[in-house]
Amino acid sequence: MDLQAIAFYLLAAITVASGLLVITARNPVHSVLFLILAFFTAAGLFVMLGAEFLAMLLVVVYVGAVAVLFLFVVMMLDVDFSQLREGFSRYLPIGMVVGGVLAIEMILVATTVANRGAASLNAAPANPDAALPNAEAIGRVLYTDYVYFFQAAGLVLLVAMIGAIVLTLRHRPGVRRQNIADQVARTLESGMEIVQIKSGEGLSE
Amino acid sequence: MTSTALDFWATPLGWSLITVGQILLVTVVLLLSVAFQIYGDRKIFAGVQMRKGPNVVGPFGLLQSFADLGKFVVKELVIPAGADKAVFLLAPLISVTLALGSWAVMPFGPGWIVSNINVGVLYLFALSSLGVYGIIMGGWASNSKYAFLGSLRSAAQMVSYEVSIGFVVITVILLAGSMNLQQIVESQSGGFWNWYMFGGGLANWPILLVTFPMGVIFFISGLAETNRPPFDLPEAESELVAGYAVEYGSTPYLLFYLAEMSNILLMSMLFAILFLGGWQAPFPTPFTADWAPTAVSLFAFMWLFLKTIFVFFMNAMVRAIVPRYRYDQLMRLGWKVFLPTSLVAVVLIAAWRVFGPQA
Repeated sequence: MDLQAIAFYLLAAITVASGLLVITARNPVHSVLFLILAFFTAAGLFVMLGAEFLAMLLVVVYVGAVAVLFLFVVMMLDVDFSQLREGFSRYLPIGMVVGGVLAIEMILVATTVANRGAASLNAAPANPDAALPNAEAIGRVLYTDYVYFFQAAGLVLLVAMIGAIVLTLRHRPGVRRQNIADQVARTLESGMEIVQIKSGEGLSE
Repeated sequence: MTSTALDFWATPLGWSLITVGQILLVTVVLLLSVAFQIYGDRKIFAGVQMRKGPNVVGPFGLLQSFADLGKFVVKELVIPAGADKAVFLLAPLISVTLALGSWAVMPFGPGWIVSNINVGVLYLFALSSLGVYGIIMGGWASNSKYAFLGSLRSAAQMVSYEVSIGFVVITVILLAGSMNLQQIVESQSGGFWNWYMFGGGLANWPILLVTFPMGVIFFISGLAETNRPPFDLPEAESELVAGYAVEYGSTPYLLFYLAEMSNILLMSMLFAILFLGGWQAPFPTPFTADWAPTAVSLFAFMWLFLKTIFVFFMNAMVRAIVPRYRYDQLMRLGWKVFLPTSLVAVVLIAAWRVFGPQA
């Protein structure tokens, strides 16, 4: 067994084990931490495939940004476990149906791969030109053949972002905000007023 | 004899041994540098405030950091009641592992690099984005409101400034045409006018107006990313005691501190590599053509060393001089000033690369 095989089985075992722990861990924060471990080891598997650019993006986007938000939400929520377990038997059938469909699909894919059917084990490598860096190889197809899909994906993200802003943006009246431009534009004349007060009268207002 | 020796180093075992040796060398030198970096930081801070700073342990107090190390190691490890023990102890380990792991792709000189990978910049970016976890886990596992609030602040701050750092780094990648740190340094050879701080070559002089501010933004974002003053809100001692590290003491705290200082050194060196030409001398060096390769590497390393110290000195001076930001000002600076500015800069530099004279 060579080094690659050892590394692959190690990473794959950690991925599967942490995936299992995501659903079995009692503490939701631990679940998210195991999910992060699963993402991270999946990135390691990408590196072993020679897709180091994708691996780094997986870590930057999913682990570094998305999972941080997961963790924030789960840490802030006060999850009540007894309440969660109440609906367990009610949702068990539908959960089993979804899980069964997924399992059948995965078994079908695995058998076709094992029989070298539609998806051969010796499929074309991800990077046809070994001399070309990973990022350049992706860029060459992403911005030429798939440019419309790329733009559409960007649009979907933009819509999601605008939607989130629209849902959460509220203008409350009477909130005092700091306006940096106003502060910088203030001069001695506009910022200060010298008033001569006659004794015994005080200021009206 | 020599050919068999060379064969051995090419085998998997020999290659693994040589890599482990390189990692050990980098780590040991890094730990020593961090010790003197802490000393230098305290001395500069003291000098600005007209104090003496550490001056008792060793000549001029040079061994102060080692005395502190001894103190931390022999202290009792206290784990608060109600803390999540495993996560509590894992958090500083994650921080320090990521902080040391980042040094694998740093080019210290021509050929002096542990792992010369094509996605070096992205690797650094990925590890620095993972660094948030050490802090959040530490703050959450402490089972303390101060620590939790501190870690939330810290995480929000790091995530915010990572975005602008990413865009600034993209401008450099566009100019260099590579994400390999060694190639980024090599593309700045020949003199200080080829450094990306100054536009990367005399033919590129108009984009000096873009790249110089980008360097400044990178420096400031680096301060925020490493939780340095004036952006040290996670440790704002007047409101949050000591932020995410409030429940930590002894060796776990030492690991957090080591990770933080090592990240500051990394940011200083990364600034030197991306904007100040890395190990390139600031003038053409035709006289090194007939030098031994080791001498050339040492000469190059000296320049990187000097540049890193210069950037770190600026870092320490900012810490001593600038008062702390308020939290909403920090967020405004990151999202409303740096992010749009660096986005526009990416567009301008991409346009220069496509439509400029060198297109």
